[in-house]
Amino acid sequence: MGADLERIWVYLSASPLLSLTLTLAAYQLGLWLYTRARLNPLLNPVLIAVCILVGILLATRTEYGVYFEGAQFVHFLLGPATVALAIPLYRQFEAIRRSALAIIASIVTGSATAALSAVAIARLFGVSDTVLVSLAPKSVTTPVAMGIAEQLGGLPSLTAVLVILTGILGAALGPFMLNLLRIRSWSARGLAIGVAAHGIGTARALQINEVAGAFSGLAMGLNALATAALLPLLWKLIQ
Amino acid sequence: MIAYLTLILCCQLAGELITVASGIPIPGPVVGMVILFAGLLARGRLPDGLAAVADTLLRHLSLLFVPAGVGVVLHLHVVSEDWPAIAVALVVSTLATIAVTAWVMVLLGRHAPSDTGTEER
Repeated sequence: MGADLERIWVYLSASPLLSLTLTLAAYQLGLWLYTRARLNPLLNPVLIAVCILVGILLATRTEYGVYFEGAQFVHFLLGPATVALAIPLYRQFEAIRRSALAIIASIVTGSATAALSAVAIARLFGVSDTVLVSLAPKSVTTPVAMGIAEQLGGLPSLTAVLVILTGILGAALGPFMLNLLRIRSWSARGLAIGVAAHGIGTARALQINEVAGAFSGLAMGLNALATAALLPLLWKLIQ
Repeated sequence: MIAYLTLILCCQLAGELITVASGIPIPGPVVGMVILFAGLLARGRLPDGLAAVADTLLRHLSLLFVPAGVGVVLHLHVVSEDWPAIAVALVVSTLATIAVTAWVMVLLGRHAPSDTGTEER
């Protein structure tokens, strides 16, 4: 019996079906809790699903590479979903055109704040330059952030970790900050979450309000552009 | 439905080709988003089928970050002995970025009445 079970486990864990199913099931559970808590940002469904899956992988001593063979089908859809952000953007085009200058000003200021404040704080703790420059692009969407870190002599793998952590933090804590500041404009809320917390923040903004989602997607794209252009210059100045 | 999914994939493919060929530091899907957006502006209206496909993909955008998130937690050790500094920097900087970005937009933006709302709590 035990040996049979083990054979079944070995068979299943080698097939992409199991990790794909587990990924969807863990997310579904996260979503259920999140909905029951009336979309409380702290119960972010990504955070819950990640915790469950990490627990399973550690308990069964499964390598991430084996898990990813199944999970890659979900991961792949990030590309088409990013392209699809053009649709909310198009729906809000009038509002975006009306405040184009304000949008650019707020994204550029936000982009500089994200990089400079993180570097300044970490430097107070005496962190090495390599880690500082890996931390600087943390609010930018992962592929761009890794590229910037590599270009400036940082560690792209560390950057990837910090980017995802920042996204989860921003999505979970950002709404409380915005409520505290009494920011009631959906466009301002969306821009703030998109600049600080890229795609993970945008995913939450889309669930809450269409205007916030569109502005968040816009902010994510423009912040990637602004940081890629400005950070190399800023880094030279502050080094 | 399939036609519009194909259209989205074509935009992404075109975006990937452009980034590889030109070497610009922007991911292919973001360029694909710009291409699709330009196409919609040129056409002047949003086909219902395209809206349906896009809304389906975006409704569960969160789900798509789960595999990357799992990878991150399993590689947390790369944060190393600097973790207290990094934790403080991430939290404070993320909140500061949100505050600054939102303030600048509220100060400078022109808001329609429909733009105002409140989130839960």
